[in-house]
Amino acid sequence: MAILLSDSTRVIVQGITGREAVTFTKAMLDYGTRVVAGVTPGKEGHRVYGVPVYNCVETAMRNHEANTSVVSVPPGFAKDATFEAMDAGIELVNVFTERIPRGDVAQMIEFARQKGVRIVGPNSLGMISPGRVKLGPAGGPLSECNRAFTRGSVAVLSRSGGMLTETCSLLSQNGIGQSIAINIGGDPIVGSAFFDLLPLLEDDPETKAIVLFCEPGTFQEEETARFVKETSYSKRIVAFIAGSFVDTMPGMRFGHAAVIVHGESGATRTKAKVMREAGIVVVDFHSEIVAAVKKILNQS
Amino acid sequence: MRLYEFESKKILSSYSIPVPKGRVVTSSQEARIFAQEIGGPIALKAQVLATGRGKMGGVRFAESPQEAEQVAQEMLKAEIQGYAVKSLLVEERLDIERELYVGCTYDDVKKTPLIICSSLGGVDINEVSRKHPEKIHKSSISSFMGLQPYKAWELVQNLDLPAKLPWAAQAILLKLWGFFSQFDAILAEINPLVLTSRGELAALDAHIEIEDDALFRQKERLGRFQIEEREDKARPPTPFEIEAAQIDKADYRGVAGRVIQFDGNLGLLIGAGGGSLTTFDAILRYGGKPANYCEVGGNAPVSKICKLAKLVLSKPGVEGIAVITNVYSNSRVDFVARGLIKAMVELGMDLKSYPVLFRSAGAFEEEGYAILRKYGIRYYDRSVSMDEAAGLAVEMIKKGS
Repeated sequence: MAILLSDSTRVIVQGITGREAVTFTKAMLDYGTRVVAGVTPGKEGHRVYGVPVYNCVETAMRNHEANTSVVSVPPGFAKDATFEAMDAGIELVNVFTERIPRGDVAQMIEFARQKGVRIVGPNSLGMISPGRVKLGPAGGPLSECNRAFTRGSVAVLSRSGGMLTETCSLLSQNGIGQSIAINIGGDPIVGSAFFDLLPLLEDDPETKAIVLFCEPGTFQEEETARFVKETSYSKRIVAFIAGSFVDTMPGMRFGHAAVIVHGESGATRTKAKVMREAGIVVVDFHSEIVAAVKKILNQS
Repeated sequence: MRLYEFESKKILSSYSIPVPKGRVVTSSQEARIFAQEIGGPIALKAQVLATGRGKMGGVRFAESPQEAEQVAQEMLKAEIQGYAVKSLLVEERLDIERELYVGCTYDDVKKTPLIICSSLGGVDINEVSRKHPEKIHKSSISSFMGLQPYKAWELVQNLDLPAKLPWAAQAILLKLWGFFSQFDAILAEINPLVLTSRGELAALDAHIEIEDDALFRQKERLGRFQIEEREDKARPPTPFEIEAAQIDKADYRGVAGRVIQFDGNLGLLIGAGGGSLTTFDAILRYGGKPANYCEVGGNAPVSKICKLAKLVLSKPGVEGIAVITNVYSNSRVDFVARGLIKAMVELGMDLKSYPVLFRSAGAFEEEGYAILRKYGIRYYDRSVSMDEAAGLAVEMIKKGS
């Protein structure tokens, strides 16, 4: 399996009894993900689609060996829940919760670095290893996942959850499957930015090409370009940057919390320029991703 | 949420960071009275959330109370970046020797708090960071440890301050950090931090932004300074945008809002976040003229989509509507279709002749397409890309059908 997910992925869902968590727990189970336990303080003894619910992550871990957690709790509790998962020995935390204060996110990430834990998110719909494992709500119910995501050799990383599905659907419609599809999250600071995941993908034999769905705001794309250039990154990357009109409207917020441009900082024209200089193929229309990826796959 | 200068200074001064003597006024008479109290040269500063107001007549000076009254009268009639100037901060005018910069923010690459200082502060700080990056000193710090005194001391060594003042600068930096972490700020900068001819440091201007997503736990703290939660936009919202925001707020389920007004003829129902950005760009690239930006997603109910569709369809100058979304995983295509049709029917529109186009796919798409077929609305599934759909929408408006 590509990266982050594997045959040994065993998942707990924190906040499993919440409305959205119930829905995506069902979708994960249907997809074949091993959801071994859930946690909701005060709800120990309940079951969600057969998955036992515990009061604490620690007890859930004692009764079921888990290595991965999906955090779906209200924003004010997300830092605590993520700390709890990391303290109990979870190795990969996918934070679905959105609107977590930035100071909390910085602490979550700092603690993760100390513990050697990987965080994906916050504000991430999750990830899919097509036909094998799915984490979080990404892709929706089984039937929808199967229409949009197919197994193959292209890794898709996206700042937008909806456009992760759209991009994979577009590729699948054109006979191009995916090795892994990850919604890294729409926040200004995320645990796994593009530049954090590229090293893993470079070592992944299943991945032949990489697609990035980018947005205005943050220095993430600029840093990714710098990383690609400085390390002479070996795999070819295709990027689409949505929202170039945002460049003309400084100070206005669109979509995700991170989508805001101040002068040149976060502007899509800067991102496109530095990414191209780094050898990344930047396409102007989203649907042009297909031809660009095909070209790369045919060359390799 | 950005704070006004007078709010920022009120808070900073409560942390014993020195600020010029000042008062907020809303009339020219008050400006004159306060100028009299100060009894020397004064500065009048428009209280608006525009950046670079100094270059737009937002900061002026006066030598006498009479002049202050006159200048205040002119300023209170002015508009800066679309914002009416409702109040002025009247301050004693300091005799400035040098302008410095100190600030706290987050670094989205290192993912840590970042402390910044420079011996060259003032309005051209962005220019400084481009031309003299060596003059900008940055330090990433642990969000658990916070800014420690030794680190603040290290940083202020770069400010080239005369004897004893580095200690004062260190204290200011530590207090600024204290405020930044306690108030869930995402930006707190003193620019310029000035060195006066009397050899003292003072915060001449300050920019503070509080994390919107932390307001739930900062209400009380901000309330102590009479600061209430408010919408914070780059320009004042239009009546169209206000109405759209009300539709979105009235029902917590899903999103059918985040509308921004444009002056074109093509009404849009697009979604969700990244999908809206993608579609809007494609429409502009094909030469289309959007009447609005918006986001529809998160499984918004029919009633909410219907209200937003009605608002867009009724906007003066709109000659057609395009519904274009990404492949939905968690929203229902049939809800969007029903919302659109309900709006058109309730507005008494002719569904067969009015220019309308629909491109969505995903959950409940078959049900959605069946209804669209029934009402004779042209629709496209996932085999037509969002770009193609945007191109077709632009063509549709040009042809008028």
